[in-house]
Amino acid sequence: MARVVVDVMLKPEILDPQGQAVQRALPRLGFTGIADVRQGKRFELELEGPVDDAALARIREAAETFLANTVIEDFTVRVEDGQ
Amino acid sequence: MTTRVGVVTFPGSLDDRDAQRAVRLAGAEPVALWHRDKDLHQVDAVVLPGGFSYGDYLRAGAISRFSPVMATIIEQARLGMPVLGICNGFQVLTESHLLPGAMLRNNHLHFICRDQKLRVENATTAWTSDYQVGQEISVPLKNMDGRYTADPRTIEELEAEGRVVFRYVDVNPNGSINDIAGITNAAGNVVGLMPHPEHAVEPLVGTGRTDGLPFFTSVLKQLVSS
Repeated sequence: MARVVVDVMLKPEILDPQGQAVQRALPRLGFTGIADVRQGKRFELELEGPVDDAALARIREAAETFLANTVIEDFTVRVEDGQ
Repeated sequence: MTTRVGVVTFPGSLDDRDAQRAVRLAGAEPVALWHRDKDLHQVDAVVLPGGFSYGDYLRAGAISRFSPVMATIIEQARLGMPVLGICNGFQVLTESHLLPGAMLRNNHLHFICRDQKLRVENATTAWTSDYQVGQEISVPLKNMDGRYTADPRTIEELEAEGRVVFRYVDVNPNGSINDIAGITNAAGNVVGLMPHPEHAVEPLVGTGRTDGLPFFTSVLKQLVSS
């Protein structure tokens, strides 16, 4: 089975308080030198059939209409290597 | 004939019964609508209630927005049927793109639950004609994802067209842009807000005031006169 990964991130201009909370916690745990953290979502889609152009086009459509809200989020679609 | 106002129940809706009660107290007949039934059962208006439909999975309102009942509501809202989205219902309306913008996690990451003062900014929508512009009301607020956001051009448009319907007063509880608590579409039939007018319709409970009742009497008046 082929795997396609959709990564969804808040747009750069949108404030991400969850990422900020993670960033503030890092130095307390001894993880220094990290200037910024932004938190996103990763979707792993296992395809029943081959990853062809048509399948990828449908996944892009799903990402645009459902997995991401493009008012506030950007997304990328990629085929997982080694499948 | 009695005016029929539908209240949708999604899996995870919490405030559907309170919304039905508010509709009844205003003098209309509440009609329970089920998310999987695309039939609106001849209702004249629809309330999308508060709660956590689908556990807020993916994004608040993102899964409910694709339910069978929403397909019909989106179609009817575009034709002018009054639709009110409260809290989670507001999130469903932005996810449906019936209202612009989107809702984000509160900027301080805390769940907020308290009485909230609001200023009425637009008293011409289907749901706010029984208020006065500038009137201050107090209704409960309870949410996790209440930070309204939209791109600067959309905000400018909302402000210029008077489509900000309610603004938070005294304190901005979630980092919402321009203290926006509720907005309307260009036609004024679709209104969404984060605070809960349906919890402030009887003196016994909620804020001890009935500041939320005019939402439901407004729509009734509009429907009877149209």
